[in-house]
Amino acid sequence: MDEQLKSELRRQGVVATTLQELYNWGRKSSIWPLNFGLACCAIEMIATTMARYDLARFGAEVFRPSPRQADLMIVAGTVTKKMAPQVVRLYNQMAEPKYVISMGACAISGGPFKQGYNVLKGVDRYIPVDVYIPGCPPRPEALLDAFLMLQRKIDEQQLTGPSRPRHLQAKLPSEFDVPEYGEHDLTPAHNDSIWHVPLVHISNAGKNESGRD
Amino acid sequence: MTNHMYLPVIVLFIAGAGFAIGPLALAWLWARTFSPQKSGPTKNRIYECGLESSGDAWIKFKPGYYIYAILFLIFDVEGVFLLPFAVAFGGFTVAEAVSILVFLILLAEGLVWACQKKVLAWS
Repeated sequence: MDEQLKSELRRQGVVATTLQELYNWGRKSSIWPLNFGLACCAIEMIATTMARYDLARFGAEVFRPSPRQADLMIVAGTVTKKMAPQVVRLYNQMAEPKYVISMGACAISGGPFKQGYNVLKGVDRYIPVDVYIPGCPPRPEALLDAFLMLQRKIDEQQLTGPSRPRHLQAKLPSEFDVPEYGEHDLTPAHNDSIWHVPLVHISNAGKNESGRD
Repeated sequence: MTNHMYLPVIVLFIAGAGFAIGPLALAWLWARTFSPQKSGPTKNRIYECGLESSGDAWIKFKPGYYIYAILFLIFDVEGVFLLPFAVAFGGFTVAEAVSILVFLILLAEGLVWACQKKVLAWS
């Protein structure tokens, strides 16, 4: 619908909307996060939900202790390799549509513990991440910013058409492979369908060999 | 048009049922129209905090407390009957007094039987 006509109608006291806008408005205004903290970032996440920062303003105060009732997974903290299968399994058990915020340097890349033998170097190796927040740990304002960013992202999603999100496409999977404990590392080391080794040498650009891990 | 006495009740009933059924029907229609079913083996498994789930959610519990609960219920109901009995105690005929006595003796006998069967011994 024409934006100009819509604002003109609104000035006359008539609210016009589309099904897609209503749907997105409903979803973005009632995102229920999973009650799930891994490390020190979780403390900041808890602070965000409390009275001072008050995540409830945006309709997300209901932290659910079960993945069955949650829409948003805030990966708050270092994901150890021992914990990674559990994180992926919890993500798989969440109901569609589901979103992931990768909170803090550790969840993005391993952070200060990247060299650690037991640290997963970024949760996006196994589950698709919608919003990344840098910081060690990020302040509650940063989490609020990420949350608003996610709301804007939801607001722009299409209900139909080829660019509609994953949860509306029947062919795309809702579950991602759960890694297993291998002899030295998790097997597989990453999920090929969502994560690729980043380009390290510019001379490799355009070739299949993308770089090194 | 005749103004039926129960018309407001019927209208309220229909509105109430609509409030209950309407959202469910809308959600069902929405799921049929837009949302594809996305289930999988991990998603359908019973929830165990992210760990590999084992077994079935439908397990049997040993009903150790069951007999206790039944006995308590019987004497709880007996208490309700005893209250009007105590209030009207003065004006009873012999037949009424005997019948309430039989009622009490039957229940007490049941308790003695349960004691002898060692139902009340916790094991």
